[in-house]
Amino acid sequence: MSLKDIIAPFSVWKRALEKPYTNRKPIETRPGADRYRGFHQNAIDQCIGCGTCEEICQNNAIDLVPLEGKTSSHGDSGLRPKIDYGRCCWCALCVDICPTGSLGMSNEYIWITTDPEDFRFIPGGESKPWDDRAEGYRRAEGYDLLEAERVEMPMLSFEESQKSFIEMVQGYSKEQAMEEADRCVACGICIATCPAHMDVPAYIEAIRNDDMGEGLKIVYNANPLPASCGRVCSHACEYVCAMKHKGEAISIRWLKRYIIDQIYLGDYKEILKSADESNGKKIAVIGSGPGGLSAAYYLRLLGYEITVFDANEKAGGMLRYGIPEYRLPYEQVDKDVEYIRQLGVTINQDLKIGVDRDFKSLYDEYDAIFFSTGLKDPYGLEIAGEDLPGVQSGLDILDEVTKGKTPDIGKSVVVVGGGNVAMDAARTSRRYGAEVTILYRRREVDMPADEEEIHESQGEGCKLVTQAIPLRVEKGDSTRLKLFFGMAEMVDQGEGQRPKPVLIEGSEEVIECDSVITAIGQEADYSFIPEEIGKNLVFNRGMVQINEFRQTGDSKIFAGGDIANRKRDAISAIADGHSAAKGIDIYLTNFKEK
Amino acid sequence: MVKEKENSKFPPLVDGKSQYDLTSGKYLRVWQGPQHPGITGNMSLELTICGDEIIDCKTHVGYLHRGFEKLMERRKYIQCFPVVCRICVPEPDFNEYLFAACTEELAGIQIPERAEWIRTLNLEMARLTSFLMWIGGQAGSFGMGTIGQWTVTLRDYMLDLFEELTGGRIYHMYMLPGGVRADFPPGWINKLLDTLKTVEKTLDDVELAMMHNAVFKMRAKGLGIITPDMVDKYGITGPNARAAGVARDIRKDSPYLVYDKLDFEIVTGTKSDAYGRCEVRIKEMYQSIDLIRQIVEKMPKEGPFFTKLPNVLHWRIPAGHTYKRAECTRGEYGFYVQSDGSDKPRRTYVRGPSYTHAVALMEHLAIRTNIADTAGLMVSLHTYPPEIER
Repeated sequence: MSLKDIIAPFSVWKRALEKPYTNRKPIETRPGADRYRGFHQNAIDQCIGCGTCEEICQNNAIDLVPLEGKTSSHGDSGLRPKIDYGRCCWCALCVDICPTGSLGMSNEYIWITTDPEDFRFIPGGESKPWDDRAEGYRRAEGYDLLEAERVEMPMLSFEESQKSFIEMVQGYSKEQAMEEADRCVACGICIATCPAHMDVPAYIEAIRNDDMGEGLKIVYNANPLPASCGRVCSHACEYVCAMKHKGEAISIRWLKRYIIDQIYLGDYKEILKSADESNGKKIAVIGSGPGGLSAAYYLRLLGYEITVFDANEKAGGMLRYGIPEYRLPYEQVDKDVEYIRQLGVTINQDLKIGVDRDFKSLYDEYDAIFFSTGLKDPYGLEIAGEDLPGVQSGLDILDEVTKGKTPDIGKSVVVVGGGNVAMDAARTSRRYGAEVTILYRRREVDMPADEEEIHESQGEGCKLVTQAIPLRVEKGDSTRLKLFFGMAEMVDQGEGQRPKPVLIEGSEEVIECDSVITAIGQEADYSFIPEEIGKNLVFNRGMVQINEFRQTGDSKIFAGGDIANRKRDAISAIADGHSAAKGIDIYLTNFKEK
Repeated sequence: MVKEKENSKFPPLVDGKSQYDLTSGKYLRVWQGPQHPGITGNMSLELTICGDEIIDCKTHVGYLHRGFEKLMERRKYIQCFPVVCRICVPEPDFNEYLFAACTEELAGIQIPERAEWIRTLNLEMARLTSFLMWIGGQAGSFGMGTIGQWTVTLRDYMLDLFEELTGGRIYHMYMLPGGVRADFPPGWINKLLDTLKTVEKTLDDVELAMMHNAVFKMRAKGLGIITPDMVDKYGITGPNARAAGVARDIRKDSPYLVYDKLDFEIVTGTKSDAYGRCEVRIKEMYQSIDLIRQIVEKMPKEGPFFTKLPNVLHWRIPAGHTYKRAECTRGEYGFYVQSDGSDKPRRTYVRGPSYTHAVALMEHLAIRTNIADTAGLMVSLHTYPPEIER
């Protein structure tokens, strides 16, 4: 103890002269820091209600609830997060993981109310003073809990691909598939959009668990043609994927393909459920495309005896005869078809109803009929010179190639059309060494073909001319044909209507070519249905009218696929087949003939 | 321990237990806590006194049990991240760091270099902030409330910095598996350096007013002496051990993060009584300030602060187990994490230094001290009950 020890404590007095630390106006609110994790904000229109915030919340403070004025639509569940601030721990993991980036936190932390229920609300859905606050917690640049970019798919280079019919997409390895499957947030937004409502998150989880058998079961629950669909599905699911809001959608289609590629056809029987015992009822299915095969598969599982009638040499319909091998190898169609055949479905090939067999006899012999005969008759261009040799339809070219013939297209080809058939015909022509020009009457953004088809066709050297309207075809001088076309301008048709291409007078141009391939759409042929039965069916703009169970005006006849479904893709046809199977089962179980 | 004297008013000891008879009227049993301001946090002391001297002390914990270790068994790894910081309120960052480090080791993840520097900076800030709170308790328990007011204000300045960096004042939730959540905001480093100057200046005043205070010296010197031979016996770590001359500091002994790149010496004392421990802690505060300045100077100025993780929603960690430890203000803080290969930790065990200091050691040191000194003694052991009961 020293004198210093007695005196030193008095040094505290010198601080009496200093400015006080404390706030002189305690009533004044102090704003939170710029990054403060305060009450939530949600950009309600940007949010898709995927529920990833709910999934990561460790306190179960977030609940996805319906919000007035929001309805569910493709890519939006219609639900919005409701946050219980009695449970919220303000960790902001929900903000970090939000795939759309709609969720954030304001820097507001003071809010006084006497009703405890007030502390449970839908941010953005119920107006709060901090809704527009710029300050608050946001996920920082350089920190991310999700991977925005997809695992790149190994593909043949364009130099190689345009020389052969080898499958262009080479498929994921196990590591790649698992990495891609890992990106999925399992929100299930895709399930509602998939026409067949496939349980996508469940089979992606099976990939993560490396359980291919489980994956196959889940896939077959809603889709009996996965080897084909895993390659050429129009993947509506990927357009609504929550991850697409962040970057690239999950490669759902390629992941489905990965599962199928891992399992030999011979092992399917052990994994998948077998057909119920026969119930003695017989169903005729006309057409062996995706719709017909899907109906046949699900009806067979229920114990019905199925006979499929098909006009072609091999089953698969447009999957086989309309899609080139570089996109969908025939052995993959075989794999799908073969399993359905193994299940006990009889498929009669080379048998055209209306020619080789009478529709009426089927109607009398079978308990129900499902027909999914597709669109086969191509539309004509309706221009002069259309009947000259060298003008052919895209579908015919694709059909010939499938049958092993070399199409007579010459050295230069003009393809007219902007859909997938046009792209297929153009790229097939490239593979036969032709110079290809694609003419489309609207803009590139209006093209109905898949984005990647357009991209790949250009990559392989097909020249695209948009806003071009064919005028007439004439005999060529050095080449077989000359195609005259005019340029079009897009004329606005008012709100909700797509702009219409209108020919610019005097803008005529000419291309010399050996072939003009038309691919501007096709229509159905119902001539096989006799008048007495056909009068009960209702047709609307070339399509058969059906109810939700795909039942036509004649209660015994069901229909699906392109002839009844405006989406006109394989997966919609598969969904139709599945629904029709349910419909036929309900019809045959519950309704007796009067 | 005071030697037994004849005619002692203390009851005889048999097998280390005091043989007193409560019915004799000579002894009184009182409870101190759990709401007594002299108790650090929610625990209580059951004291048996004779006059104003303590002849027996039993510690009671269990008022703050929230079952964190169990909660984590039902949460995915990423969901444990907001939970762990709550294990210790005044110094949550060590929980964040250790849980993240365990997860990273089990998952085989290497975080970017800059993230390691930022984490070290964060931990040193946490140490300084925690010590500032401790001074408040230590000074207050001996009737020097003014000093406590100074340092709690300083702590608030530190919390301002945490708020600006992490978005939270108390629970920072900043160090997560993979790195840290954000980079420094603009101008933040300068503000940090300014704040350190303020803290340093006030610390000089604190030293003068507290360590050179006759009253404090009289009361703190000789109170709760920890001898070097008790260190291993009681599992004593941190400043409590270092004040006894035992030079143990995990930052030096098994350096983690970037401590091997920093220049510092282990602070030791010669006698671990309440005063000696105080001296060591105040020196360690100056050390923390120096370390923060070193970090700011030496750390890479740019670069990533977070490494890409697998999707945290279904992140599975390979089976294994690990123990990671770090030097917090109270001593060795440790996390043991065991993974069974699933997406949730199978078992997490948290070693809080307060467990050894506040229970067995306190029971031992309290005996034959004056009841008025219990609070000062307890604070001098620097214990935080939340980490006793995980």
